[in-house]
Amino acid sequence: MKSETTLIGGAMVMIALSISALVIVPAMELHDIAPTPGLKPYTSAELRGRQVYISNGCVYCHTQQPRTKEFAPADFKRGWGRATVAGDYAYDSPPLLGDMRTGPDLMNIGVRQPSEQWNLGHLYEPRAYVPGSIMPAFPFLFEAKAQADKDEVVVTLPPGYTPANKVVVARPEALDLVKYLLSLNRSFPAIETPPAASAPATPAPVPAK
Amino acid sequence: MNPAAILLSAFVISFVALVIFIWSQRIGLFDRSSTGAEVIFAPGEIGRIEEPAGTASSQQALQGAVDAAGTGTAAHGDPHEIAERAAADASTGPLIFFFYCCSIVWLLVASAAGLTASIKLHDPDWLTSQQWLTFGIIRTLHLNSVAYGWTPMAGLGTVLFVIPRVLKTPLIGMRFAFLGAILWNAGLIAGLGAIAAGFNAGLMWLEMPWQVSILMAVGGALIGLPLVLTLVNRRVEHLYVSVWYMGAALFWFPVLFITAKIPGLYTGVQAGTMNWWFGHNVLGLFYTPLALASIYYFLPKIIGRPIRSYNLSLLGFWALAFFYGQVGGHHLIGGPVPEWMITLSIVQSMMMIIPVAAFSVNMFQTLEGQLSTFRYSPTLRFIGVGGLMYAASSLQGSIEALRSVNLITHFTHFTVAHAHLGLYGFVTFVFFGAMYFVMPRITAREWPYPRLISAHFWLVSGGFALYFIGLTIGGWLQGEAMLDGTRPFMDSVAVTIPYLQARSIGGAIMGLGHLIFAAHFIAMVLNFGPTRNQPALFSHLLAKKVAP
Repeated sequence: MKSETTLIGGAMVMIALSISALVIVPAMELHDIAPTPGLKPYTSAELRGRQVYISNGCVYCHTQQPRTKEFAPADFKRGWGRATVAGDYAYDSPPLLGDMRTGPDLMNIGVRQPSEQWNLGHLYEPRAYVPGSIMPAFPFLFEAKAQADKDEVVVTLPPGYTPANKVVVARPEALDLVKYLLSLNRSFPAIETPPAASAPATPAPVPAK
Repeated sequence: MNPAAILLSAFVISFVALVIFIWSQRIGLFDRSSTGAEVIFAPGEIGRIEEPAGTASSQQALQGAVDAAGTGTAAHGDPHEIAERAAADASTGPLIFFFYCCSIVWLLVASAAGLTASIKLHDPDWLTSQQWLTFGIIRTLHLNSVAYGWTPMAGLGTVLFVIPRVLKTPLIGMRFAFLGAILWNAGLIAGLGAIAAGFNAGLMWLEMPWQVSILMAVGGALIGLPLVLTLVNRRVEHLYVSVWYMGAALFWFPVLFITAKIPGLYTGVQAGTMNWWFGHNVLGLFYTPLALASIYYFLPKIIGRPIRSYNLSLLGFWALAFFYGQVGGHHLIGGPVPEWMITLSIVQSMMMIIPVAAFSVNMFQTLEGQLSTFRYSPTLRFIGVGGLMYAASSLQGSIEALRSVNLITHFTHFTVAHAHLGLYGFVTFVFFGAMYFVMPRITAREWPYPRLISAHFWLVSGGFALYFIGLTIGGWLQGEAMLDGTRPFMDSVAVTIPYLQARSIGGAIMGLGHLIFAAHFIAMVLNFGPTRNQPALFSHLLAKKVAP
C-alpha cells in the first residue's frame, strides 16, 4: 500500500460501518420505545441509591437482564422474573445490564427480598444471611455506635453479628441503596413489542448443531 | 427478513466472493514473495539478525540458527542506512523512555489492584472498611489502569519507535507527544481518583467521568500528531504493514473514545449497545492493531527474514478492520436489545477467523524452519508467545460468540479468563518483547542481567497458565451450575472457589514477574550491574562494518 489517503480513508469507512451497525441503527430503533406500562420513574431517593449501586461497582457481579424461558430456562426457574424488554429500562441512564453473575440477577430483587431490614443487614454482612456468599461486606455504609438517634434506622442483625454494646445504624447511602434495590421490580407483564425491536419478544433461535 | 431475501443475499455474497477469489488467483495476490515486506531491511541486510536484548553468545547462536535455515547471504547491510536507523532511534529516545516509564508504573498499579480484587473474591471479608478497596471499585481501578495506563503507554511508546524506523524519517514534533503523554497521564490519575471516590459513569470500560476524558482525548490527539506529521514527511514511498495497523489504530481510537464519551447522548438500553460497541472495539481496533503492528515489525526484523506473504497481511488487515468493528453485540446475547444486532455480531465474530488465519499462516511461514531462534532471542520468545495467544484468544472468542456456547460462558469467570488471554497473553506479552528490544536501542545500554529476562518470562508464563486454566475451568463449571435450574444458585458460587484461589496464586506469580521486570528496567536505567562489551548496540555494529 502506498497511499496514506487510502489507508486512513478505508479505516474511517470501516469504523463508520461499525458505528452505523452497532450504535446508530440500534439507536434509531430503540429511542422511541415507550416505558413498559406499569413502570414507574425513580424517586429522588431511588436515584441516589442507584448512584450508590454504580459507585460501589455492584454491576460487576450482578446483572439486570433475565433471559427468556426458551433461551435460558434457569433464569426464570430461579425466580429472577420474566425476560426484560427495552421498555423496562426507559428510566435507566445508563442501563445497568451487567455482564457477570458472580451473584444473582437483581432485576426483580425488590420482589424476591422486599424487606428493608433484610437488605440492610445483608449489605452489612452478607454471610450472616447467605452462608458461603462471596459478596463483599459494606460496613462503610453503616455506623456502629452506642445509641441510635431517634430518626436513625437501626439494623437488626442475626445473633452474633452486632458489635458488642453497640447498635448498627444505616447511613443515608445504605438507605438510598436499599430503596433502589426495592424499586427493582419488573413483575408486571411486558407488552408485546414488534419482533424486530426486542429480543425477548421472539425466542432466540438456537444455532443449528 | 423473509427467507427468500436471505437466500438471495447469500447467493449474491458467495458469487461476489467467488469472483474475488478467481481475481486474486489471476493476479497472484497470495504469492509468497513481495518486495513490500523487505522495506524494513537495509539493502543487503536480509539474513542479518537484530536482537539488542540478547547477549553476545545468544546473538551468535541466533545468527547461527538463521544461517542454518539459509535465509539470506547478508553481511551487515548498507552502513548508511544503518546509521540512518540509529538516528531515527535516537530521535525518539527520551520520548519513548517517558512512555515506557509510565507504562511500568501503571503495570505495577494494575497488578496490585488486580491481585487485591482477585483475593477479595474468595476472601470477601478482607479489607472491607474502606470504600475504595471494595471489590467493585478496586476491580475497576485494575481495569482502567490496564486499559488506559499500561497498554496504551507501552503500545504508543512502541509505535513511536517503529514509525520513524519504517518511514526512515526522524520523528517530527516530538514536543506534542510529550505534552500529550503528560495530559493523558494527568487525566488517567484524575479518572482513577474519581472512580476510587465513587464518581463512576456507570458504563463498563467507560467509567471515568466525561470531564476527565477531555484531558485524555486532547492528550491522545497530541500523541498522534507527530505520527501524522512524520507520515506526511516520510522518505519512503511504501507503507509497511506495521504502519497500516498503527496509523489506522491512531485514528480509530479517538473516534471510538469521543463517540462513546459524548455526555447525554445515549439513554436506556441504547447506551448498553453503545457500551459494548466501544468495549469490544477498544480491544479490536486499538490494542490489537498496535500489538499486531509490533509483531509484524519485530518478528521479521529479529530473524532477518521478510514476512512470507505480504498480500496475506493485506487481507488480514482489511478483514480485521471490517469484521472486528461489528462484533461487540455478542456481549448482549439474550439481552433486551435488537436480535438482528446480536446475530450480526455473532456472524462477524465467526468471520474474524479469516484475519486471524491470515496472520497465523503468515507468521508460521515466516518462522518456518527457524523455531530454534526462540531459544536465543528473549524478544522473540515474548512476541512469539504473544502471536500464538492472539490466534488462541481470537478463535476462542469466535466460538464463545455462538449462542450455544455463550449460553454457558456468558456471565461467568470463563469470559474473564478469555479477556485476559487477549489482553495479557497476547497484547501484554508482545509489548514486553517490544520493550526488551527497544530499550537497549534508545538508552545505548544493554540489559544488565539476561537471567532476569528469563525469570520474567517463565514467571509470567507459568503464572498466567495457572490463571487462565484455573479460571477457564472454574468459569465453565460455574456456567453449568447456573444453567441447571434445579441446583441452588449458591452451587455456582461454591464450585468456583478453588479456581478463584488458583487464579490469585497465578496472579501473584505474574505480579512477581512484573516486579522483576520493573527492577531490571530500573537497574538498566541507573547503569547497575555488569557492563558487557555492548555487542547489541549500533556503535559496535557500525564500527565492525567500517573495519574491513
